[in-house]
Amino acid sequence: MTSSRASAAQQRPPRRKRVVLANRRGERQVPRTIIELEDQSTMGEAMVRGLVRAQLRTALLLAGISVVVLGALPALLRWVPAISRIQLWAIPLPWIVLGVLPFPFILLIGYIATREAERHEREFTELVDR
Amino acid sequence: MNPWALGGVALIAVGTFGLAAWGSRGARTTSDFLLARRMVGVERNAAAIAGEYLSAASFLGIAGLLLKDGIEALWYPIGYTAGYLALILFVAAPLRRSGAYTLPDFAQVRLDSSRVRTLSTVLVVLIGWLYLVPQLQAAGVTLSTVTGISYAGGIAMVAIVVLAGVLSGGMRVVTLVQAFQYGVKLFAIAVPVFVLFFVFLGHDSQHRRGLDAPMPPVFERATTVRIETDVRLRVTEAVWVEVLSGPGPERVSGPAEQPPGRSGATVYLAPGMHAVSADSELRFPAGSAVPAVADAEPNNRSWLLPQDGDSYELFETYSLLMSTFLGTMGLPHVLVRFYTNPTGWSARRTTLVVLGLLGLFYLFPTVLGVLSRFYVPQLLVTGKTDAAVLLLPTEMLGGWPGELVGAITAAGAFAAFLSTSSGLVMSVAGVLFTDLLPGRLSNFRLVALGSCILPAALAVIAIGRDISQSVGLAFAMAASTFFPLLVLGIWWRGLTAVGAMSGLVVGGGLVLLAVLTGAFLGDGYGWWSAVLLQPAAFTVPLAFLVTVLVSKLTAGGVPEATGRVMLRMHTPDRLGFTRDRSADHHAAERSTTAENPGRSNGRHRLRRGRRRR
Repeated sequence: MTSSRASAAQQRPPRRKRVVLANRRGERQVPRTIIELEDQSTMGEAMVRGLVRAQLRTALLLAGISVVVLGALPALLRWVPAISRIQLWAIPLPWIVLGVLPFPFILLIGYIATREAERHEREFTELVDR
Repeated sequence: MNPWALGGVALIAVGTFGLAAWGSRGARTTSDFLLARRMVGVERNAAAIAGEYLSAASFLGIAGLLLKDGIEALWYPIGYTAGYLALILFVAAPLRRSGAYTLPDFAQVRLDSSRVRTLSTVLVVLIGWLYLVPQLQAAGVTLSTVTGISYAGGIAMVAIVVLAGVLSGGMRVVTLVQAFQYGVKLFAIAVPVFVLFFVFLGHDSQHRRGLDAPMPPVFERATTVRIETDVRLRVTEAVWVEVLSGPGPERVSGPAEQPPGRSGATVYLAPGMHAVSADSELRFPAGSAVPAVADAEPNNRSWLLPQDGDSYELFETYSLLMSTFLGTMGLPHVLVRFYTNPTGWSARRTTLVVLGLLGLFYLFPTVLGVLSRFYVPQLLVTGKTDAAVLLLPTEMLGGWPGELVGAITAAGAFAAFLSTSSGLVMSVAGVLFTDLLPGRLSNFRLVALGSCILPAALAVIAIGRDISQSVGLAFAMAASTFFPLLVLGIWWRGLTAVGAMSGLVVGGGLVLLAVLTGAFLGDGYGWWSAVLLQPAAFTVPLAFLVTVLVSKLTAGGVPEATGRVMLRMHTPDRLGFTRDRSADHHAAERSTTAENPGRSNGRHRLRRGRRRR
């Protein structure tokens, strides 16, 4: 895989061929930026690094929030027995807090993560298309 | 023996095979399969992932553990779900775009090292088997409970069905079958929950008082308990028990026995620990307190509410959360399914839907676990709490309605280990076939045979822990090995082959050490056994740290293609950088017919090997 690409970089005609291959996948016009990215130029490299950093920042932030929220629960339930005395519809609060609530919470975080990741990708695409 | 349950199990087997045959009618070749999966929608693919993921540990294990441990067991479903959150955040889209089909593939693509690839292969097989053995054990318990055949016979039966499915090739390739399995499991847990919950509300008043009192649960009616393996019982409230057969209980510790009178084979159990040998049959009178196996919560209050108990219990909870949160991404049968998504975008969306589907499912086992504390307390005596979901319907309803609902749960349990086991056997066999015995299809059959029979033999001889706990070790192993490899590989340019290798060796080695030591020492209590049972809190950070440090030390060894792989993994799909094996080798595949996706793997590997030479 790598070797064919390396030889493609040395000779001009094969590289043109690869652009055609991209065409087949529905890419109509190949902007300059794509070629920059493909060639790993300084600018292309910086763009990818920026994207990776933005995605990682969001992912770490959301992971941190969920770890703090879920991670606080065992300690909280253990050392604050007052929570255990509360009942909702005759069900002790800890059972609702652990048995029901984490699932919508995790789904919510997952939804935000998906939305944010897609936003970063959209911005990156716009940057490339410009 | 419940004839309805047998019918339910047979129905699932026939339905699965029928659907597989029908679905794979037109898709006999790999290329057909590759094209077909590009049309698989996000929802159906998500249902397939959830269907394959919801194993016997989810279907039976959670309720069983709830019966035994109470509220602490609720952390298992939370962890099982949170693992997919980690997948969305760190892995799903980039892994899909990397074009890697399995974890060894990923190691190869990212690090271009055949040694890391080989080690990953070994670890995938190990994790697969750690996960498979408890599945088969649960299968043995389930089938012997509902049909009356022996434990080993039950394991053999499931192994044969799984093997038939994998070898015929239709089982794994059809997304439809796995999606169907999710539907079956959701139905089979939701219907009993609704039925049994209303029955419970009907005679609620007599139970309401019991749960928050610091007393052990009681037998509603006179109950005969047959003990199949040696157990240690903790008696907190003295009971009279009639020994029908076998050696009967023996006092281990506690105040000296003062039998106030003894008639026939009736024995007085004073508070304290008692050992009961296998093949004893005990009869407890109605209304007597239930002695529980030593590792269960003996009284209802400590079962119901979080307790300020020993600190190692808190450690266990955190360690469990860590291993499930970070371990799901390393499970071989989960990752393979991500490749079924056409793009990174859809991989992420699929995972989001999976979160919803899992969250929905996990609401139900909790209810069954709570009900089983009232209705099947005899499982606390035998220690076989994993059977709770299976026995609950007949205990609560009786007559044909009980048997019908029981048939539904039995069918669901059967679907649970059928789908997970075939997924595991398929992915383990696929990986072994690719790296160990590539080439002919007969080799694949050989490998599949081996990767099913060996775990089955282990399942027969190994001592069964609770299924959710033994599955926990597979998660710990996955988290300690593949979490650093995947997350650092996807997000950090500095990862080197040597660094990844060291991380895998350290993480995998430590968990393996914990597993073996735990198996050797048996179950104990306190810090040591907590660490051996849930080693993730130590091994995961350590493996991560070692990977980073060694990579820094060998910074010269960063693979040349790193920049290109990063570009491919992180740039949006529509820019078209993703290089797909299916696209690359589509033409090569078209000429030959193959019956399974593992085949395309082997072919690819062969071609690459040839080029290198």
